[in-house]
Amino acid sequence: MYHKSKILTGLAVFIIFMTYPFWNNIGSAAYVRPELEKVKKAKECVESVEFMRAEHMSMLNEWRDEVVRDASHEYHSTVNNSVYQKSLTKTCMDCHENKDKFCDKCHDSVAVDPYCWDCHVDPKGVQK
Amino acid sequence: MKTVRRDFLKVAAVTAFGWGICPTVKALASGGARPSEGLFFASRHAVHVGPNALKAQRWAMVIDTTKLNEKVVQDIVQVCHTTHNVPDISGQQNIKWIWEAPMENLFLDDLHEFQPESGAKTALALCNHCDNPPCVRVCPTKATFQREDGIVIMDFHRCIGCRYCMAGCPYGSRSFNFQDPRPFIAKTTPDFPTRTKGVVEKCEFCAERLAEGKMPACVEVSEGALAFGDLADPESEVRKLLAERFSIRRSPTLGTNPCVYYLV
Repeated sequence: MYHKSKILTGLAVFIIFMTYPFWNNIGSAAYVRPELEKVKKAKECVESVEFMRAEHMSMLNEWRDEVVRDASHEYHSTVNNSVYQKSLTKTCMDCHENKDKFCDKCHDSVAVDPYCWDCHVDPKGVQK
Repeated sequence: MKTVRRDFLKVAAVTAFGWGICPTVKALASGGARPSEGLFFASRHAVHVGPNALKAQRWAMVIDTTKLNEKVVQDIVQVCHTTHNVPDISGQQNIKWIWEAPMENLFLDDLHEFQPESGAKTALALCNHCDNPPCVRVCPTKATFQREDGIVIMDFHRCIGCRYCMAGCPYGSRSFNFQDPRPFIAKTTPDFPTRTKGVVEKCEFCAERLAEGKMPACVEVSEGALAFGDLADPESEVRKLLAERFSIRRSPTLGTNPCVYYLV
């Protein structure tokens, strides 16, 4: 093998660099799902908890398009037969009042930064 | 029948020509529910009508310039701008949905210097919600679009801030957010979003209030100076006013067909 030492050194650097996230995290605590503030105002959400946990972002995207472009404001829930208004601030944040203790908790711990509140107003934030 | 090469080539040429112009014909003819829509007219978005919503075939506004006074104008501008979180920025970067302007600036073609002294000196200007809106036709992302009931509305989520619509609008009804508007909003209304830097905004005929069965905020506080209703309904308040009184529109010769009428 030509340039044996250079190739092996290069490979070693590459492998150490690529596996950095794994060995850097050895010994640190596993990911714990953040504890969210419980809602007192309503018994159930517009959909099941599992659905909301997995799909709330696509649901909000659909709501946004339907409200703005089709003027369709009523959401027919599939878990109970009620109709909700498709609105982040008027429906979601009516129950989940505290953005810091609900939305931000998960978003911060999984390091996502949705731009909803660049425009939409956190109703509690206004009063602060 | 024997096919001669000459005949075959003729048919082939006509077919190729027909095939070639097909996309053009489609572009001219399609794009909307009515045949007049397509390349030359903006297509219109169907509107879902909720249980409480006010509905119309063609929303329009009538402004009675004789009933406007300083207090009414101030109330109207203020209620509109607080309801919709419009920032208060002075200078050239100002943002306005409805504002007061001198008559001679509003009606470039219709007025002259010998108007009666008693006539209104100023009136309110807002988006005209044109029947043939240039802003909609130039928008590259369809962020601004026209609904079936005539309202020209913005989807702020889609606006990329290119400002073609501002160049297209002959009435100056659109404002651009050159900076984050939030520090300039004195009191934020949580029910309506603010905008961000790099987004165009304008009056939306209170589409969000119509969906809840409420009249536009400006009409409610106008003490009768503004009327709002269905232009297609002969019994509506706007049609009655237009039938009784002389009315003008802003620059109708441009062909935009504005739907805000001024009684003078």
